[in-house]
Amino acid sequence: MAEALLDIEDLSVFYGPFRAVQGVSLKVGAGEVVSIIGANGAGKSSLMKAIIGQAGRTEGRIGFLGEDISTRPTAEIVRAGIALVPEGRRLFPSLTVAENLTIGWEVGRRGEIGFDEVYELFPVLAERSGQLVRSLSGGQQQMVALGRGLLANPRLLLCDEISLGLAPVVIADLYRIIPAIRDRGIGIVIVEQDITRSLAVADRFYCLLEGRVNLSGRPAETSRDEVARHYFGM
Amino acid sequence: MGELPNQIVQGVLVGGLYAMYAMGLSLSVGVMRFVNIAHGDLIVLISFLILTLIHATGMGALPATLIALPIAFAGGYLLQRFLLQRVLGKGVLPIILVTFGLSIIIQNGLLGVFGADTRRVSGGGIETATLKIGGGINVGVLPLVIFLGAIAMVMALDWLLYRTRLGARIRAVSDDPATANLVGLPSARVYATAMGIVGVTIAISAGFMSIWTNFDPTAGPSRLLIAFEAVVLGGLGSLWGTLVGGIIIGVAQALGAQIDVGWQLLAGHIAFLVIFLARPEGLFPKY
Amino acid sequence: MPRQSRLWIVYLARAGLIAGAAVMAAAPMLFATRDVAMLTEFMSLLTIAIMWNLLAGYADIVSVGQHAFVGVGAYALFGFAAIAHVDPYLSIPLAAVVALVVALPVMVIIFRLRTAYLAVGSWVVAETIMLAAGKLAAFGGGSGISLPVSVVRSFGHRIPERYGTIYWIAFAVAALALVATWLLMRSRIGLGLTAMRDNEEGAGVVGVNLIGLRVLCFLWTAPFLGLAGAVITLQKLRVSPPASFSIVDWTVYVIFIVVIGGIGSFEGPIIGTVVFFLIREYLSEIGVWHFIILGALSIAVVLVEPRGLWGLVRRWLPADVIPNSRSRRARE
Repeated sequence: MAEALLDIEDLSVFYGPFRAVQGVSLKVGAGEVVSIIGANGAGKSSLMKAIIGQAGRTEGRIGFLGEDISTRPTAEIVRAGIALVPEGRRLFPSLTVAENLTIGWEVGRRGEIGFDEVYELFPVLAERSGQLVRSLSGGQQQMVALGRGLLANPRLLLCDEISLGLAPVVIADLYRIIPAIRDRGIGIVIVEQDITRSLAVADRFYCLLEGRVNLSGRPAETSRDEVARHYFGM
Repeated sequence: MGELPNQIVQGVLVGGLYAMYAMGLSLSVGVMRFVNIAHGDLIVLISFLILTLIHATGMGALPATLIALPIAFAGGYLLQRFLLQRVLGKGVLPIILVTFGLSIIIQNGLLGVFGADTRRVSGGGIETATLKIGGGINVGVLPLVIFLGAIAMVMALDWLLYRTRLGARIRAVSDDPATANLVGLPSARVYATAMGIVGVTIAISAGFMSIWTNFDPTAGPSRLLIAFEAVVLGGLGSLWGTLVGGIIIGVAQALGAQIDVGWQLLAGHIAFLVIFLARPEGLFPKY
Repeated sequence: MPRQSRLWIVYLARAGLIAGAAVMAAAPMLFATRDVAMLTEFMSLLTIAIMWNLLAGYADIVSVGQHAFVGVGAYALFGFAAIAHVDPYLSIPLAAVVALVVALPVMVIIFRLRTAYLAVGSWVVAETIMLAAGKLAAFGGGSGISLPVSVVRSFGHRIPERYGTIYWIAFAVAALALVATWLLMRSRIGLGLTAMRDNEEGAGVVGVNLIGLRVLCFLWTAPFLGLAGAVITLQKLRVSPPASFSIVDWTVYVIFIVVIGGIGSFEGPIIGTVVFFLIREYLSEIGVWHFIILGALSIAVVLVEPRGLWGLVRRWLPADVIPNSRSRRARE
């Protein structure tokens, strides 16, 4: 395994008295694709929110480049090099494509990824840069969301349910860029309910059930049956 | 013969001042989606600040207003950051109550410090200068400057919101503050900056108001009502619409005053209500 | 210490409330004329506070213009009693009817504004009505006019007698406002209102007719505000635009009363009115500063305990003193 970029130790996330994530530990290395799978409500999104600094109360350590970021504000975490592509895309509807991307560029750290690189990955965005994002198709909007994340020049990119609600062809198109991002040395966390798709691109995976990791390993070395059993908690 | 066109021209020019009052309100309605009930009182508060600066140092109205600009920016920023932000997103009731309480505090604080006297600031002669433009129409230099200032203010805010990176940030946060927070754009700081800009518009309108009209500590609410009418008439969030809304109120008041001086304010409100019933979404709706 | 063991405090408070009501009912026989006059004001403000609380605390209608209906009631009373020579006692309910009729077009205007804008919109409407009232020559125009002596005398020839009569009318209006609104809240409508206060979206989803409830509440308050305006006019003996439509007296004070006492509860307006009169009695000599104290206090309430003084007390009590809804949910 590559040198650890993200090193989470014994993390719990609370919503009031409810513990959505219970003592999770996981690592992500530079240039590594890690898939986090689990059924609805397993704690995947809470984990993402905790990493980016938007969960309520957390316990445990979230190490990033050797420092604990669990109490830092989101803006600082993003500048340190973590970007989130949030579930449901969450673009700014009254901003143009270019302006949405600009927001990503502005909040992030300075680096080699600029507008040209994003437009190269998603040429259609270059054509539509002046349009309001609400006029785009779902797939194109997801490209903007990914582009916004990439323009922050993250060392670690968190992708939360990027295939949700999209047609299979469109999903395949989006997943094609994952290796290109990894090849830049960026660590990638993919959260999906769709196991097949995310395990296909992942180097390693963690399976969550009711807020705990109940299985982890390499997709190639784990049988589908075993994954399915842990996914459903059987 | 020339009296009616003249009155209309004067009304249009007054509308420029009303639009200035309304510009900051339009911005806070458009960006932060709340109506600041203390808006008019803040204009009056800054007018008293300008008055105090002039009395204390003997400087002119223009430098005093220029000094007030950064103070008003900081005031707006801090007000949003440390008071309004705490009740934002908790429904409409808390924000109305807090700005309402603020309004009463400002009015009575000013009454306590300055007394109930009506005040005015000297503009150094500009307030009496007029231009004859034929047809029996005389245009005051000051109203003309204020009107042009209102147009410049719309253009400047339009540029700021739609042509700058700060503007994109403000619009992004206005679209969806939760998402902004999620991607690392702290909405609280952006809101505070927007309120700082509102503060600058307040200081500019306070500067002009203090040399053109009389004011006293309780003059805020009537400014708020006029500003509100201009914003709603123009269409929520539309800056050019707000300018047009201000002009409509100004002209309606001028025409009302033609009937009888006592009808001036009433005519403005009636014009607002009639147009509002016909076009509740305003003339140039944006949202 | 379990909250349930403090139930005796609730019973004690209920007994106190009933005893207080009994004393109030007999006030003219117990107190001096000056105090009776103050209690008349108390009853009028309480009536208006109950109404604003119903709107802002339950129906999500944050009006800053309810002084409009108080003023309309005042002018209607004058119109019937002094101009049309209707029996003065009959003029009081007629004033309520006029306030209700005026509420219809006002509602058409302000209900087109979403809640955040409705506040200032209602203020604009109130300002317009006040300015229009100042144009009525028969009502003394902008400077107002006094009630004719004949009308005043019909409530009693001697001053103590008259003060007593007017007090009882004010007491009856306040009692009617309190009991009728309490019954409204105990009905199925009240259930919907409570659901709306607790969770507007949820209430809409489970089929509470939000628009219908808002309309009902708005129209409910208008006649009571009109009655309050009529009583206030009988006490002040004159109408004038700035006094009859006073935003400070009938809206600013009332908002402070309800917010400090406890918005969205039945006890809040009562507590708030008592606290307000205490502050006024003891702090009015400090002039503008009592406004500043009230303003700062209400901001503090919004920031610290949005349910006001009653909210603070209620945390310690196992039940409401006035059980206002059959299914009040715990808010903790």
